[in-house]
Amino acid sequence: MNFVDFQEVLVNIYVCIKQVPDTEASILVKDGRSINEAAIKWIVSPYDEYAVEEALKLKEKNPGSTVTAVCLGPERVQNALRTALAMGADRAVHVEGNAALDYQNTALALAQVIRADKEFGVIFMGKQAIDDDAYQLHILLAEELAIPAATNVTAFAFENQAVKVEREIDEGAKEMIEMAVPCIVAAAKGLNTPRYASMMGIMKAKKIEIKKITLSEIGIDESQNRIRLLKLSAPAEKPQGRVIPGEAADAVRELVRLLREEAKVI
Amino acid sequence: MANIGLYIELKEGVFKKSNRELLSLARKSGQPVHAVLFCPDVQPYLEELKGIQTVIQVQGADLTYQPDRYARTLAAVIHEFKLDIFCGIFSAQGKDLFPRLAAKAKASLVNDCLAVDLDTRKAIKPVYSGKLLAEYQIDASTALFTIRPNVIAVETTTATKAPEIKTVALDNGELQTKIISVEKSASKKIDLTEAEIIVSGGRAMKGKENFTILEDLAKVLNGGIGASRAAVDAGFASADMQVGQTGKVVNPKLYIACGISGAIQHFVGMKTSKIIVAVNKDPEAPIFKKADYGIVGDLFTIVPLLKKEFKKVLS
Repeated sequence: MNFVDFQEVLVNIYVCIKQVPDTEASILVKDGRSINEAAIKWIVSPYDEYAVEEALKLKEKNPGSTVTAVCLGPERVQNALRTALAMGADRAVHVEGNAALDYQNTALALAQVIRADKEFGVIFMGKQAIDDDAYQLHILLAEELAIPAATNVTAFAFENQAVKVEREIDEGAKEMIEMAVPCIVAAAKGLNTPRYASMMGIMKAKKIEIKKITLSEIGIDESQNRIRLLKLSAPAEKPQGRVIPGEAADAVRELVRLLREEAKVI
Repeated sequence: MANIGLYIELKEGVFKKSNRELLSLARKSGQPVHAVLFCPDVQPYLEELKGIQTVIQVQGADLTYQPDRYARTLAAVIHEFKLDIFCGIFSAQGKDLFPRLAAKAKASLVNDCLAVDLDTRKAIKPVYSGKLLAEYQIDASTALFTIRPNVIAVETTTATKAPEIKTVALDNGELQTKIISVEKSASKKIDLTEAEIIVSGGRAMKGKENFTILEDLAKVLNGGIGASRAAVDAGFASADMQVGQTGKVVNPKLYIACGISGAIQHFVGMKTSKIIVAVNKDPEAPIFKKADYGIVGDLFTIVPLLKKEFKKVLS
């Protein structure tokens, strides 16, 4: 890797995002291995929104730097990139493909695209995408790029040419981490409050041309997967419970009795 | 035959209770089990580790958790002991460590497993925030799994054979991702992801100060305290207390939801709780459709009564 000096370090900020079904969407299984996309409203994965916001904040503090949003997926994910652009990202790269890549292959694809794009500084991502909930892509990408990574980050600072982050570990405890740039920062809730796109931002985003690279161009497909999805299924629903009638004191006494004698949880 | 490795997580020297779940899963497979511990002395843990083949003790001058160091050490252990499968807890540390290990050991990882078949390397994990379950199979030569706490039944072993103890040295290479300090929480809170009982409050708590009534109840039950997103966003509770889609996924024996309406985003974070109790003023609140037991009433009346009653029966 070339030596990246202080001035250049922050020039190219990246943010990797994923398009996922809306948090309120009901998810139905189709053909046992995929989901029915017909009625789904797509959004930018919530943790990735924190990542976009933090990238934009870093850019604002460092004039001259740019934010590039990267997203892998079929044609529809261009909407997610438009959202990032409308929030304030300067450029967008669409890695196009329908392939269901495993985590390692996804990291490999993103690494190739980012490496070939520009000299990268800080790469922001969400700590997990709320569809496959894999909790590992950010670290796999960092390992692929041979750079450090911190996950579950709730505070970020860039001082003295290094990145300092705070990450939540067990209940309330925090780890302070120091990393050189380039590095990957995976955002958690609490890092910031993502901005809404302004009308002007939305208009501006429409005019920006999205750079497109296909998975076949970089030679990555499902045949290299080492994790196979065998089946998707809906979990068993709990039978409807019961409301305990009566005056407050009686209901409470009955509830505690049921928890002890019937449910046996206390 | 497959060699099964386990990362036994110690928290400041204390054996995490979820390790027992890993050990139960591994012992059941009938395959040779090798447990890795980073500690200056394995003696205090040997009682827990009966009936397995090897205890691999990692020794070093400074065994403080550093992700790069731990991942490289474990990758070397996997190689040296020819481990085919390696499992850990889906904890804050597990989430940080296992993806690094997967990359360094050229292995594939499935996180947050609810069930693992060690013979076939198949695992079931929640996806879409638990709205669906996915079954994965790992084809890579080394398979890694992290297991969600409180899902595997702990079985006590009748084995008496003490494992063979082997030692390896901690990697002391360069730290790229460097933990410079750890700040402990001022109050000693119970880890929600491992808690057996959780008392949780929603928007109807009306204010931060009112969480003390939940704390009082949780204290009697020796439980943790959670909150809905609405309560966190309103500033009643801190972000680390949030249960749900953009918060923690919890899996206790008993979850008591107080003044929580039961939006899908909250429900997916606690739906695998063994028993869900709802206390809400609104009889139409969706939480009552999902709870095992419910009481329609004002939480400010019900919660103190619950505390009194639990105190009475538990004393």
